[in-house]
Amino acid sequence: MKILIPTPLRQYADKKDAVEVTAGTVGEALSGLTSHHPELRKHLYTDDGRLRAFVNVYLNDEDIRYLGKEQTPVKDGDTLSIVPSIAGGIG
Amino acid sequence: MATITQLDPQPATLSNDEILRYSRHLIMPEVGMDGQTKLKAAKVLCIGAGGLGSPLALYLAAAGVGTLGVVDFDVVDFTNLQRQIIHTTADVGRPKLDSAAEKIKAINPYVEVRPFETRLTSANALEIFRDFDIVVDGTDNFPTRYLVNDACVLTGKPNVYGSIFRFEGQVSVFATEQGPCYRCLYPEPPPPGLVPSCAEGGVLGILPGLVGVMQATEAIKLILGKGEPLIGRLVLVDALGMKFRELKLRKNPDCPVCGKNPTITELIDYNQFCGIRGEETPVTQSTMPEITVEELKRRQDAGDDLFILDVREPHEYQISNLGGHLIPLGDLPKRVHELDSSREIVAHCKMGGRSAKAVDFLRQAGFTKVKNLQGGINAWAEKVDPRMPKY
Repeated sequence: MKILIPTPLRQYADKKDAVEVTAGTVGEALSGLTSHHPELRKHLYTDDGRLRAFVNVYLNDEDIRYLGKEQTPVKDGDTLSIVPSIAGGIG
Repeated sequence: MATITQLDPQPATLSNDEILRYSRHLIMPEVGMDGQTKLKAAKVLCIGAGGLGSPLALYLAAAGVGTLGVVDFDVVDFTNLQRQIIHTTADVGRPKLDSAAEKIKAINPYVEVRPFETRLTSANALEIFRDFDIVVDGTDNFPTRYLVNDACVLTGKPNVYGSIFRFEGQVSVFATEQGPCYRCLYPEPPPPGLVPSCAEGGVLGILPGLVGVMQATEAIKLILGKGEPLIGRLVLVDALGMKFRELKLRKNPDCPVCGKNPTITELIDYNQFCGIRGEETPVTQSTMPEITVEELKRRQDAGDDLFILDVREPHEYQISNLGGHLIPLGDLPKRVHELDSSREIVAHCKMGGRSAKAVDFLRQAGFTKVKNLQGGINAWAEKVDPRMPKY
């Protein structure tokens, strides 16, 4: 399945805008992602292993917080999107 | 998807002149006389007359929104012209509010402009918002975004949200009764320095144009009560791929400000909430602390204790260097612990651009004694040490 990397995080993922992983759940997919790109870990997770509150993860077009969070099952052909908060506007 | 019915403006009438002006609106059933009079009676508050605010204000004025409030305390800077199209070269140095008000009235003299030349704060936001029907958020920092969101929820005004970064944007409509608010999407801001700001990353000039007009579109749809507004929907724009995606947003029943049992019932200290130390406002280019190469030389010769931070790449350090401590800009967030915030730090790069970004980042992270070396090592080679190669 595909994980889409948003612009602010691409510098920590070898500048890729998407990464392919094999996984059964959202949690497994994100682990796969951070094991290939360990620098992403601290941007996605707090020190005690929880997903950061200013980063949202969507399975296709649904927020995983309203599905099964990291236990949400995924299948081939699914797309995981990481959506961090960005603030640019005036400047 | 439900449309807004909470707007209930006083009826307005259109003169013959206005009817001719808006004829292209009037001949469409989706607008018509009804819609145009709604636009005239509507009061929209634009927060910021910059990147997003420029196209927003221009198009809302053209569309005949009767009252446009504009909040901006900044001055037009030369580097704004790449994207802030309401301002021209002749406006550099003028307050953005003056420049914006002038262009709005030039497009449409029927628009009443209400200027607010002030920073939006917890002390004034509620009062400012009360007189308007819709608030459009085009700000550039996290504390203000949370402030705008909370003030919109507390005053019951829809918040047309737009944000940009490099070549990506987000658009949605928050703070409606049925829909989510910004905190439902992002309950917490990122700690300062962890997510790069627009000033650090740069932005494609056309991007605020694209996103700002999407915001204007949503504001107009809310006023007209037509179409499907982006309530509960987040549109992600990727300008490089010209891809538009949509994600579902849900109202969080436990949201501290718009949920069933709100714990936030008044505005808070947003700088504190976002972890920004002191009373420093978010750094803008116009407040960049700088030092010239001549002054640096003078102070070093006088024995001052200055820590030189070089934010270039290793291969550049090999060409020429000032003996500085090398942390490439991209590595700065994860190596910031190598720096001592009690020391006076002079950051430099080749010409002053990257180091300006480093200074911005360090100030957001709470460093107060950091300066940018104007002109970078190239200026040093030019003016202080001609034996040093320029590249």
